[in-house]
Amino acid sequence: MQVSINGKSHELAGADPDMPLLWALRDLVGLVGTKYGCGVAQCGACTVWLDDVPIRSCQMPLGAIKDRAVTTIEGLAGDILHPVQEAWIAHDVAQCGYCQAGQIMSAAALLKSNPNPSSEAIEGAMAGNICRCGTYSRIVAAIQTASTRLQGLSFYEVGHDTTESQFDGKVSV
Amino acid sequence: MSTGAVHGLKRRDFIRYSSFGLALGSGGISVVATAKTSAPANLLNPYVVIHDDGRIVIAAPNPDVGQGVNTALPMIVAEELDADWKAVEVILAPIDANRFGAQFAGGSLSVRNRWNELRQMGAAAREMILRSAAQQWGVPRVELTTQPSMVLHPPSGRSASFAEFVAAATEQPVPADGEVVLKARSDYRLLGQRIVNAAASDIVRGRPIFGIDVSVPEMLYATYVKCPQIGGVPKTANLAEVKGLAGILDAFIIAGDAGPPSFDLSKSIHVAGGVAIVASNTWAAIKARRTLKVEWDISSASTDDSAAIEAKALKAAERATGEREVKNSGDPEAAFANAKRVLSSVYATDFISHAQLEPQSCVAHTTATAVEVWTSSQTPGYAQATLAKLFELPAEAITVHQVRGGGGFGRRLSNEYVREAAVISKHMGKPVKLQWMREDDMAFDFYRSPAYFGLQAALSESGELTGWRNHVVSVSSDGEEANYGAGYRGYNFPDDVIPNVHISQTMLASKTPTGAWRAPISNVYAFAEQSFLHELAEAAGQEHREFLMAALGEDKWFKPDDLASLNTVRAREVIAAVTRAAGWGRGLPEGRGLGLGFFFSHAGHVAEVAEVSVNADKQVTVHEVWVAADLGQIVNLSGAENQFQGSVVDGVSALADQRISIRSGAIEQTNFHQYPLLRLPQSPKINVEFLASDYPPSGAGEPALPPVAPAICNAVYAACGERIRSLPISRAGFQVV
Repeated sequence: MQVSINGKSHELAGADPDMPLLWALRDLVGLVGTKYGCGVAQCGACTVWLDDVPIRSCQMPLGAIKDRAVTTIEGLAGDILHPVQEAWIAHDVAQCGYCQAGQIMSAAALLKSNPNPSSEAIEGAMAGNICRCGTYSRIVAAIQTASTRLQGLSFYEVGHDTTESQFDGKVSV
Repeated sequence: MSTGAVHGLKRRDFIRYSSFGLALGSGGISVVATAKTSAPANLLNPYVVIHDDGRIVIAAPNPDVGQGVNTALPMIVAEELDADWKAVEVILAPIDANRFGAQFAGGSLSVRNRWNELRQMGAAAREMILRSAAQQWGVPRVELTTQPSMVLHPPSGRSASFAEFVAAATEQPVPADGEVVLKARSDYRLLGQRIVNAAASDIVRGRPIFGIDVSVPEMLYATYVKCPQIGGVPKTANLAEVKGLAGILDAFIIAGDAGPPSFDLSKSIHVAGGVAIVASNTWAAIKARRTLKVEWDISSASTDDSAAIEAKALKAAERATGEREVKNSGDPEAAFANAKRVLSSVYATDFISHAQLEPQSCVAHTTATAVEVWTSSQTPGYAQATLAKLFELPAEAITVHQVRGGGGFGRRLSNEYVREAAVISKHMGKPVKLQWMREDDMAFDFYRSPAYFGLQAALSESGELTGWRNHVVSVSSDGEEANYGAGYRGYNFPDDVIPNVHISQTMLASKTPTGAWRAPISNVYAFAEQSFLHELAEAAGQEHREFLMAALGEDKWFKPDDLASLNTVRAREVIAAVTRAAGWGRGLPEGRGLGLGFFFSHAGHVAEVAEVSVNADKQVTVHEVWVAADLGQIVNLSGAENQFQGSVVDGVSALADQRISIRSGAIEQTNFHQYPLLRLPQSPKINVEFLASDYPPSGAGEPALPPVAPAICNAVYAACGERIRSLPISRAGFQVV
């Protein structure tokens, strides 16, 4: 079985077609940024994109993917961070950080389809992603910052150097 | 293995540094912030390594499960070292009590316990650099000073990087405590600032930093099926059928220990009986659970029924005194006899689950002579000790690697899943990753104990609170001693402030495992006491804030110099600050209300005001919450504020509709559809104010949680006139929207 993940084709020989994409990513491909939280599409920690649409990978059997392209948190940034990832750092969103890959994939998908979302649109797009640590207000602030950065620019044109030494470690407020 | 940090190491430091470097990736795993330089390393003390290229590596000693201590603790070292934070790299310290003392995450104690030690470590390393600079430049030590990562000699204008001196600095004797001068607070560059979480960069990139991400060569994948009726053990199972499934390497019964586990963290070697399924990947193991059929022996299992426990508890709590007296001060009998008015109320809270988002996992490799585990435990030291006991091996044979945890809230204080992984690995003779399902987590938690409060108060003619009785009814696994989190919390308001007080307990037998849940004990007491105090204010015809201020009594620090004791001056200050910020007393439209709650726990004085509206369908919107706190000095303003915002969300989440019910010894809820966590649209706006304070810092993870429930329930009363006396509020028909 061939699956396209982050622009690269992966041969998953002999894989169980029932296996959810989540576990294939984690155990077969070695991309563990996508997280297991509930296994029943309740928490959103496993959110990835299938042809740019955010889905819960715990509910997507390998056999149903066919020729659709998978994008995971590891594939969101190229050499530079995606503006949503940058904003997540700048607002110091994470506490434990476990849900944040899923949050970021949902937020980036939202901004791709709606670069200037209203508060209601943000609430609607993010309602499926649980943050048990309760970082919701920072998530909203980070999405708004990323939105500002993205408007008028094509999706991957924006970004900063990702080396940690470029970053002064201070939180923007 | 990332070998960068040990490359070029001086031979004499090799043993010490190689163990320091264990956390850099032993066994091929990736962990947070592996050293990013191959320049020679210089170990100044267990916490500080400075490379010849100027990169500074600081070891974070305590587990981080989201409370931010992998940032806050290294910041304390960096401040006194006068390190340039941009050049600092944080690594996770190995678990080694000889060098790092007690390494645990609990009680909001990491910062409070390590404040002096870590300042001393940073200052001692700085002093060693300055002494070697003085020798190299041939100038008196006293003429030298520092700027971030630089040594300065103001008389000559000379300056150089720390890196110039670190190799020689390792030859300096370690200064004694009295030989270094700690910075004045006014000289702090880092502490009190908003500093981004040290793991943020790894988190947003999805790098493998969590327990569930650990992978070692030849690792197998396991799931472990236990008896839904807690404490049951397997008799037989269709193992042959399971072993025939695709991807399944083995399936076997672990006889284990019959009966429910206890929350005995330092001693328990309990391994629940169950069936292990070992596979070539996680999914194959999960899928095989559908085929597995087990016959259970339930003769030692719990037969708890939460409805029966509740019925007994509510009946018992109608009495103002219980079976065991725990406090009797002043003359409560006389106070109640002479009271103008006596009020009684019963408050109730349910079992709840931790539901940390990362289900338990552990990678273990057990051989005949050694055990190595990678785990997000909050008590890795206890994991080490109990593994040694379980496998009858010396402590040195047990290696525990700390790995970041996806949430804790008390759940990871117990290490039963670590023991399960180690037992399964021993059977397989290979490293095994044990992965709990969410359903396992919900079925086999150490739940927060339910608690029921029979409260009674005496009011004088003038409305003064003169007497207080609290009969706390909770659970006990032996029917005698209160389970952890179910007991009396001691020292606090109002018990130690009101002149005539009687506190008693009644324990109901329950076999369901319970343990610490964020701000244990405080999280239920706060709801009952602070709601009841609001009832009393109403009954006395007094404004709530004024009644609370008066009830706090005289200005008093109950045990001076003990940060863990109530200080009524600090209490009144946070109440004043939060009511000022929230515009307490302002007019509000019909159906909208403000509510106030105060609580002192974990050395933090915290007051909160909630603004809610309630509609005719009893839908509650929590619009905004204001928090004012005196936590002493703040280490990381961003981190502390994040903990407080999260505590408010957690408080709303728990009070809304979280409830664990038990029937025939088994938990009825299985996943988040039956145990809802608060989502972004329900989340209120949250304002946090930390009062300027010269006290030493205390922890931020827990103390903002207890006041949330009473503030919101008091606001609901203000909005609609209905008093909520049981949590979650869904039980009284309310719904948080």
